[in-house]
Amino acid sequence: MIANLGYGALVLTLIVSFYGIGAALVGLRKNKPALVDSARNAMLLTFPLLTLSALSIIYLLATNHFEVEYVASVTSRSMPMYLKVTALWGGQSGSLVFWSWLMSAFASAVTLRKWDRDREFLPWVIVVSLITLAFFLALNLFVENPFTRLWALPSGQVIEAMLRPAGGSLYFPSDGRGLNPLLRHPGMIIHPPMLYLGFVSFVIPYAFAMAALITGRTDDRWIRLTRRWTLWAWMFLTLGLVLGGRWAYDVLGWGGYWGWDPVEIAAFMPWLTGTAFLHSVMIQEKRGMLKQWNMVLIILTYALVIFGTFLTRSGVLSSVHAFAQSAIGPLFFAFIGITFIVSISLLMQRWNALKAQNQMTSMLSREALFLLNNLLFLGILVVCFWGVIFPLISELFTGQKVTVGPPFYERANGPLMAGLLLLMAVAPLAAWGRSTYQTLGRAIWKPTVAAAVVLVAVIISGVTNIYAMIGIFLASLVIAVTIHQYWRGIMARRKRDGSNFLAAFTKLMQRDPRRYGGYLVHISMAMLAIGIVGIEMFQTETQGTLSQGESLELGRYTMVYDELAVFNTNDARNVARAVVSVYKDGKPVGELYPRRDFFYDSQQPMTIPGVRSTFADDFYVLLVDWEEISSNSATFKIYHNPLVKWMWVGSWVFIIGTLISAWPEKEKETAPKRSQHRVAAAAD
Amino acid sequence: MNEETTNNPVSEVPQEKTGPQWGRLAVWGGLLLLMGMLAVGLKRTQEGPVQPGQMAPEFIVTSFDGQNYNSAELRGKVIVLNFWASWCKPCEQEAADLEAAWQYYADRGDVVFLGVDYVDTEPEALGYLTKFNISYPNGPDLGTRISQAFRIRGVPETYIINQEGMLTHTQIGPFTSLAQIKAVIDPLLDQ
Amino acid sequence: MKQHSTFNLQFSTTIIFLLFLAVLAVPVTALAQDAEPYAPTDDEINAIAREMFCPVCENVPLDVCGTQACAQWRALIGEKLSQGWTEEEIKQYFVDQYGARVLSEPPREGINWLVYVVPPVAFLVGAYVLLKGLRSWRQIEPESTPLVNDEISDDYVARLEDELRKSQ
Repeated sequence: MIANLGYGALVLTLIVSFYGIGAALVGLRKNKPALVDSARNAMLLTFPLLTLSALSIIYLLATNHFEVEYVASVTSRSMPMYLKVTALWGGQSGSLVFWSWLMSAFASAVTLRKWDRDREFLPWVIVVSLITLAFFLALNLFVENPFTRLWALPSGQVIEAMLRPAGGSLYFPSDGRGLNPLLRHPGMIIHPPMLYLGFVSFVIPYAFAMAALITGRTDDRWIRLTRRWTLWAWMFLTLGLVLGGRWAYDVLGWGGYWGWDPVEIAAFMPWLTGTAFLHSVMIQEKRGMLKQWNMVLIILTYALVIFGTFLTRSGVLSSVHAFAQSAIGPLFFAFIGITFIVSISLLMQRWNALKAQNQMTSMLSREALFLLNNLLFLGILVVCFWGVIFPLISELFTGQKVTVGPPFYERANGPLMAGLLLLMAVAPLAAWGRSTYQTLGRAIWKPTVAAAVVLVAVIISGVTNIYAMIGIFLASLVIAVTIHQYWRGIMARRKRDGSNFLAAFTKLMQRDPRRYGGYLVHISMAMLAIGIVGIEMFQTETQGTLSQGESLELGRYTMVYDELAVFNTNDARNVARAVVSVYKDGKPVGELYPRRDFFYDSQQPMTIPGVRSTFADDFYVLLVDWEEISSNSATFKIYHNPLVKWMWVGSWVFIIGTLISAWPEKEKETAPKRSQHRVAAAAD
Repeated sequence: MNEETTNNPVSEVPQEKTGPQWGRLAVWGGLLLLMGMLAVGLKRTQEGPVQPGQMAPEFIVTSFDGQNYNSAELRGKVIVLNFWASWCKPCEQEAADLEAAWQYYADRGDVVFLGVDYVDTEPEALGYLTKFNISYPNGPDLGTRISQAFRIRGVPETYIINQEGMLTHTQIGPFTSLAQIKAVIDPLLDQ
Repeated sequence: MKQHSTFNLQFSTTIIFLLFLAVLAVPVTALAQDAEPYAPTDDEINAIAREMFCPVCENVPLDVCGTQACAQWRALIGEKLSQGWTEEEIKQYFVDQYGARVLSEPPREGINWLVYVVPPVAFLVGAYVLLKGLRSWRQIEPESTPLVNDEISDDYVARLEDELRKSQ
């Protein structure tokens, strides 16, 4: 029986994990490399085992095995096959298995690398990864078992159990309850895997950091080894966040992409520390400073990953991100506690060994600016963390719930984010060690003029909002500075070998992918900022009830209500779909089809907007309500969202930038490692 | 965590001079505070609604016509506390049964029915009461205080409190019949 | 007498009639004031609703929440608006009825001040520590061993700058 097979595989994985942990520890203590190798094999074995388990769930999902409780809770007969398969991460227990599977894939990939020069890390990396894995497996096996089946007892009662209860017989519901309709969206299908990928891949740098602390090899080796892992983790996490925003924009029908919901913030917090980490490790690589701080950041990131998962899944915070109330809270709580205590103790023990080899020389150096960047990121973290946790505190002391909503976060984080933009413009121009105002000024005046031109253009176009002006100016400054940097690089290269523009550009990217990929990421962040300024500060909306043929106006747009059709689909939806024509300045620019889908199996509606998207603005129509019978009149809500498209385009730029940045550099890996400076220079 | 994030840079620098002692203390203290807070939050989530066997929270219902019903003053009587709302479809299923139960016990004088209108608007609520001819006192859940005290998860939920102020039965979701309501109240009266 | 009384009667009926008119007129004019009723638009309602949260759909602003409860709340906002209430009064009414959680931010009172005070204080402390750290690092500098200067540690940039200088 497939359910038993999958369950058995999970049990076996847990046993193998425990064996691996034990073998690695004993191997270390008794100094037996064979045992460590065995632990490594155990690590590798978890992957096929978990694959088997995940495939079992997918098989059960795809073949309508509704006697399995998880299958009944997330699928129904009418769902298309691709949704049945992806329902693997549509519910608590299945997504935990998926989490473990990804985790095991990453950890296995890490253990497969050549360890010749870093043998002392290997057992500890295995131990840390396997402990994390074992924890998630334990959650699956003891609390959230995806393979529990439904049994009918002689008394007529139906219960959930893994094993057949006395006198029980399998109970087959005729249909499942179906996936939450909000999750039936392409964005939602890839959003969780991306987030999970980001989350689990941060386990790797953390495992290395712990290995470094435990073994006492506290030079920057662990950072160099995990740089690419960290970048991948960071990329997936960012994509997960962006896709979540896209999903909210397309499906939730609030005309926005980010609602400062506690669960969104829970995923955002590790991103903040992760981004700070990505920057501050460079200081350690270049200057041998901030070793302690980097440890703090990676521990914090890992802790926030676990903490975020805990917040999302334990039901401590109420949120639209519905994971049902669950009993996994206490286990998670214990795990977080242990993680914190062990990591902090280790860090304190090695605190003095982590002292800096170098000193800060100038307030204007790149490292000083990076520290400022870290301060800002942590400032945002404090705001987010405090905002998320405060309702708990308030309820504790006053017994009354409060909401900490978007206005709080926007007001508090706005200036910090503007500061980050400014740093993004200045820091790449500052040299390591020491810079002067003169050199900085020379490097920045041209881009500043360019950004000022943009600002003037924006003001002429009628923008009066001072915050918007600041935001647009800073974002343009970042883009101008970065393009100028490319330009200087390309020109210098052309001067030297006379190559053409494109060749020089490619050469530049090849020569220093980390730097120029990073610049591309900066540009993408500025584009994101432009989109955010657009929607946050210039969003307008209106709502009205129209009869057929009547129109609603918003700014330069006019929307005419043409018709509405209500019909049933063969995948158990009732769809109300309106046809509206959109005119801009009186000229027709197209038809949109806002609709409301009602899902019979889950009895939930879903509002899908009609969106016309251009680089200047989005015209976003929601069908709010309509007259059931005549469908003569209908209520629409329309939003005008300027510049949003820049966000989505920016995220593509972001992917390209991160990929370039994470591209393997052959020569560097073979360079002699212990003589630092030349390598460090090449690595910038 | 808050303490922690701000303290880490602290301990990064001055520990060479002052020693890391106070920094360590602050980190552990911050951690303890954070975990304590989480623990309390978690406990609340895990607890769910107030459980039978516990003392019911104190409450005052101010009815739509201005009468106060204080749980402390109602000691000695059985209280049937029903949370409902006019926008709540399942509430309508039990409305008639609840009223019938009230009619059944009203003459005895030792059973009190109280309706608490959760997150609702008054005109619609009054319309609902008229529609189902509900005659026992009902009032708004001012400041959502009563629902928070009972930690309800939704409506309808009904709490049966005995003469000593102890919760004896929790009904999550609607009652399905008059008999079901009687079955949870009668045992309290026979004592 | 009779005359008088007739007169009196006439007089009193007139008075009564006038009074009656007046009594009628009061509600009529009052109605007239109400009857050019100020009917708030959806936009005016949404402008207030978007800064409120309904406990039924947690973390979704009231203006976009689709539940029946929220629809009733919006209708109530419309009703209050048509009675001439200001935004502040309406919000206060909702706070009294449903608690402070309906606001998108904790009201600035009591322990809630913590939510506004802690982040800036933490940030300032962080900034102070960073500044002090940077200072102390700089002060140690003269005694410390000569540094690898930035030209060497960042030779690629240096080369680039060099070439740029030449090209200018």
